[in-house]
Order: sequence, then C-alpha cells, then structure tokens
Amino acid sequence: MITVLYFGWVREGIGMDEERIEDAPATVAELLPVLAERSPAHAEALRVPARLRFAINQEIAPDDAQIPPGAEVAIFPPVTGG
Amino acid sequence: MTAIRVRVEAADFDPGVELSRMADGGDPGAVASFIGHVRGGDDPALCGLTLEHYPGMTQAACEAAAYEAAARWPLTAVTVIHRHGRLSPGERIVLVAAASAHRRAALEACAFLIDWLKTRAPFWKREEFADGSARWVEARVDDEAAAARWHETPRCA
Repeated sequence: MITVLYFGWVREGIGMDEERIEDAPATVAELLPVLAERSPAHAEALRVPARLRFAINQEIAPDDAQIPPGAEVAIFPPVTGG
Repeated sequence: MTAIRVRVEAADFDPGVELSRMADGGDPGAVASFIGHVRGGDDPALCGLTLEHYPGMTQAACEAAAYEAAARWPLTAVTVIHRHGRLSPGERIVLVAAASAHRRAALEACAFLIDWLKTRAPFWKREEFADGSARWVEARVDDEAAAARWHETPRCA
C-alpha cells in the first residue's frame, strides 16, 4: 500500500489531500491511470501528465521512477513559491 | 564551514535581525540578500494570497538549496526563510541571504538560491481578488530558464 498526497489545484480538483492505494503499480506513470479511474474529478485533474510534477518519499522524482513499497507519492502542479 | 539557517514558517521575519546575523562569527566582506513580497494587483485588485506547501518536504528542499549554494560558492553563511499560509499584498514571503569574503560569490549565491526555490521548493500560490475570484498562480517558463542557467555555471573558487 502507498500513500498519495495532492497539492495545489490537483488537490482542489480531486477534492481530497491524501488517499491510500492498495497494489500500486511500479511507477508514477503507471499510477496515474489507476488514480484517474477513481472518480471523474481524478480523471480531470490528472488528465495532462505534462502539467504535473511528482515526489516520491519527499524527493522530486521523474514519472518513470520506481515507487518503493509503502512509499509516499505526491502529485502536484509545477511549484510557484519564492 | 558555512553557517546555514533555514526556516519554513507562517510568522513574519525581521530582515534587519536576519541580515545582522549573517555576519556572526565570520566577518564576511559581503552580505547579499533578496526579499520577495506579495505583489499588489491592478484589476481586479489582489486582496491576498495563500501559500500552500508540502510540510514533509519544504524544509528539506530549502535546506538542499542552502547546502547546494554552500557547495558552489565560498560562503560563510546562508539564510533561507520561506513563509506559508495566508498573506496580504506587501507582506514579506521569502528571504534568501548569502555571506562571503567577496561580493561576487555572495551576489551569485543569492540569485542561485531564489532561482532554485522558485523551481524546486514545494510551495503553491493561490491568489484571491477583490471581486471574489481566485486562481492558482501558473509556473513561469522564465523561472525554469533562470534556474536552468545554474546548471551551466562552473563553480567559482
């Protein structure tokens, strides 16, 4: 099982900031379609992967990075701090 | 040894206090700093913004920026302070400061720090306007370009 966190307009669109996923696939790229099936809001928020950025266990990661068991995966828009 | 101070917090900071600390113990010849504020809007008027962040990651990301600057330039001190939560126009958002024996290292490290934070630290700005509307700030392509130029910069001794 992994924990998925959402931030920014991804969180707002999906309507939750965190959920647990059983039997997660190996990579973020493979995880996105699994999440998109959970609701129409998920599908819309995750529709364009190029607009999303990812972190695995609090480190920025590309979408083909491996997701370790029990990982915290965060999905968010490009950052706008500073 | 570089004195590194990094804070992610809701509270405001005092630039005078923070900048005077940059010289503690090191007597650097140069202290450079950048302070980012909430911009005012024109039409419709911006009435505030909320800075969302990823609590588990922001402190480490800001520390990574500070340590990377200390690895690239001969710095005696680095400070990074980034606020989160609801902020009004004009309020301070972020302070980065770098101290070194000479101005070039301090100025370059300072520019590097803010470019890095803008593209790698997990903060998101949501602007709220006087007419009741709100929008998430979009990342700027030129921020990416500004950060990318540091990949090309050779380390200066």
